[in-house]
Amino acid sequence: MYKKASVAALAAVSVAAFAGAAAARDQIRIVGSSTVYPFTTAVAEEFGKAGGKTPIVESTGTGGGMKIFCEGVGVDKADATNASRRIKKSEFELCAKNGVTDIVEIKVGIDGLTIAHAKGGKPIALTRKQVFQALAEQVPDKDGKLVANPYTKWSDIDPSLPDVKIEVLGPPPTSGTRDSFHELFMEKGAEGFDSLKALKKADEENKTKDFEKVWKSVRKDGAYVEAGENDNVIVQKLEANKDAYGIFGYSFLEENTAKIAGVGIEGVEPNYDNISSGKYKGARDLYIYVKKQHVGVITGLDKFVAEYVSDKAIGEDGYLAKKGLVALPKEDAEKVRTAALEMAPLKGDELK
Amino acid sequence: MTDAAHSTLPTAALIASRRNSPANAALVKRRYAAERRFKAFGIGALILTGTFLLALLTNIVGKSIPAFFEHTANLEVKLDPAVLAPDGKVDPATLKSADYASLTRATLMSIVPGIEGRAARKSLSGVLSSGAADELRRRVVADPSLIGQTIKVPLLLSDDGDLYMKGQDAGASSVPGIGTVTPSDIKGSITLTSTDGAFKSLVDDLTKAGVPKDADTGAIVLNSNLPSRLVAINGGLVKLQSVTPDGATGNVLLSLKGNEAASGPAWQQTTYSVPEGRRKTNDQDVAIIEKVKETGAIQKGINWRFFTSGDSREPELAGIRGALVGSALTLLVTLVLCLPIGVLAAVYLEEFAPKNRLTDIIEVNINNLAAVPSIVFGLLGLAVFLNFMGLPRSAPLVGGLVLALLVLPTIIIAARAAIKAVPPSIREAAIGLGASRQQAVFHHVLPLAMPGIMTGTIIGMAHALGETAPLLMIGMIAFIVDIPGSLTQAATVLPVQIYLWSDLPEVAFQQRTAAAIVVLLAFLFAMNGAAIWLRSKFERRW
Repeated sequence: MYKKASVAALAAVSVAAFAGAAAARDQIRIVGSSTVYPFTTAVAEEFGKAGGKTPIVESTGTGGGMKIFCEGVGVDKADATNASRRIKKSEFELCAKNGVTDIVEIKVGIDGLTIAHAKGGKPIALTRKQVFQALAEQVPDKDGKLVANPYTKWSDIDPSLPDVKIEVLGPPPTSGTRDSFHELFMEKGAEGFDSLKALKKADEENKTKDFEKVWKSVRKDGAYVEAGENDNVIVQKLEANKDAYGIFGYSFLEENTAKIAGVGIEGVEPNYDNISSGKYKGARDLYIYVKKQHVGVITGLDKFVAEYVSDKAIGEDGYLAKKGLVALPKEDAEKVRTAALEMAPLKGDELK
Repeated sequence: MTDAAHSTLPTAALIASRRNSPANAALVKRRYAAERRFKAFGIGALILTGTFLLALLTNIVGKSIPAFFEHTANLEVKLDPAVLAPDGKVDPATLKSADYASLTRATLMSIVPGIEGRAARKSLSGVLSSGAADELRRRVVADPSLIGQTIKVPLLLSDDGDLYMKGQDAGASSVPGIGTVTPSDIKGSITLTSTDGAFKSLVDDLTKAGVPKDADTGAIVLNSNLPSRLVAINGGLVKLQSVTPDGATGNVLLSLKGNEAASGPAWQQTTYSVPEGRRKTNDQDVAIIEKVKETGAIQKGINWRFFTSGDSREPELAGIRGALVGSALTLLVTLVLCLPIGVLAAVYLEEFAPKNRLTDIIEVNINNLAAVPSIVFGLLGLAVFLNFMGLPRSAPLVGGLVLALLVLPTIIIAARAAIKAVPPSIREAAIGLGASRQQAVFHHVLPLAMPGIMTGTIIGMAHALGETAPLLMIGMIAFIVDIPGSLTQAATVLPVQIYLWSDLPEVAFQQRTAAAIVVLLAFLFAMNGAAIWLRSKFERRW
């Protein structure tokens, strides 16, 4: 009895499977960054409402997305990928090796990486150098020699900062936000020290990576707390601990203005205008990459791109701005729009 | 102790004398004390876990309750033929693509007069959900004869509007004004002047609250960390920025009908007691929502949409149905594969397989597999089902296959234990009466072992229901709006939906997350309930 049932079930399952797999696709498939996910999904939904089939948007992380995106060309491969950083040269080459030769790069907007604290906590203004001093595992001492981070309170770094224990909640190493934090805050902060600048120069000459090691590390003595991938969790923890500071994307700051306040970096507050104009230094560009070879094969892919770069989506008053995306300055947006509609493929030579 | 008493069969008197000896009494006392201690620890452990569980459940359920309700504004919308069918054609395609949002906007404009400027218009369009127009579209497409009429439609509020109605409001209150106030203009930045000290009481209030006077001008300057003070005058609303007893400056939120003087109760002083800096909605939003609220059009209802629609990026439109169906389809595949394969494997290993090195190795490896991290099965699924067999990404079929691999070891182990627990006498009796080995197993042993197998299977299924990690690799962690209709259509599952929602910035999604957890728990309880019911129905004793 059981045998019969199982054989029948297996047969049914396999028939269903192969019938579905063979069919051509009219639904766009997008993979990639969890940071861009909230925006791409909003465009996908809007695209679906306008009559297309709502694209499927996977949240795989930027690196994972690139891997899937570069698997090859064909109906069973992804059409676009979200990225919270630019495509790497190595990824571009992987793509080319697998036949994905025409990649269209679309810069969709800007994400501000913000440091924030609970309302009711101590307001603070920081420089990137101070952020580096507070959080790096090793910092230069007076003579420029690297020592284990000696600072326990903010006021140890600079007497003008509050007399509060350093406690910063941030993303874990697996997160793209963490990569950006290192590049935007820690690397730039480290460059503020002459001794480290010298180290960087030495690295370039000797092809070593000592400087990178310095800014890519965070202290492990409890001053930096890995609070998980979920930015909402960090917001909740900040509410509970008024002395702590948190690191997350600007959209979370905007959405929780009632509870948390942003920390100015080098005197610039993390707000929409400052991020959009580039005054706020902790900002990164967000991208989507589209396979040009799929345009015309997958129904609606060109229309989806057009919807994404339209003014009603990525414009200053567009629906993505409502979701927390910081719009590109008008001229840049216009350039992105023209390039995207022309589907000009990316040349690999300007990539790192 | 008792053993010794039995073997020597002592007389009653001897027992009594031993029992009453002081040494024995102390021993007995210690034993009782130890037993009481153990019981106390047990009860303590139960109470502790019970408290944690209760705290967790109340927290989740408490957070989820708002998500099961929604607010709609029952407004009369004029179905203007000029908007719906501009060139006089009333065909479905035109009606579908018409600009319904402009109709709802026009309705709101008529309720909230005095909307001027971009900020105010933006706030106005933020009151209603982008899905509000969909309801209108549905009705008109279903019945084109409505065009030209004015109909009452429940228009869904946006997530922020909904949260505002659910208690995250500004604490608005109004008191009639005293004295005469003259506005300088009807829009923009204006001054309000009074010859009879109309703002004296407000200045007194603010001074009492410790708000300092500006040293140069002597005016009290308000900021976003203080409760917002507004003046409703001549049909408009002015947000005050600085106040002196004889005048105030402010920005117009809703433009005034005229700039003539108003006195006595004709103007009102409004306070939003929650400072603007401490809420999501700004004063402009609040002014508009409060205006709509005043008309009594906003109603609370049960959010059925949550159970009937798929995912959405708008919290007020997002539903759990897609994930629920996805979970059901995935588990169906898992069950259909796991139960027969698992049970047959267990029967073979337990009843037929020779005991040798090979079966030992298999047995050890089944136990090992049960402890392999679930992401590994995801990688395996990616390599075998997607890349090698070419099955579609994100499909419940592949999800079910991967989860089947994951729970098979659990089911085999549980089934073997259940079969082992059937007394050998049953098997021997059947064989003794002439049954073949196979008949003995399938007619007698297996039915008796079934309750145990069921329990093991459902525990395995519950485990599969909660998995997200292996599904990442096969593309089920995704935004999917359409509700899956077959095993090969893209789908997501309940725990993935919870994970995805919890990561979104919108505050309203936090409630949706809690609600999704409640749905997942209900699903789980239903499964476990079924397990208990099945067990008690089929359980046999011997």
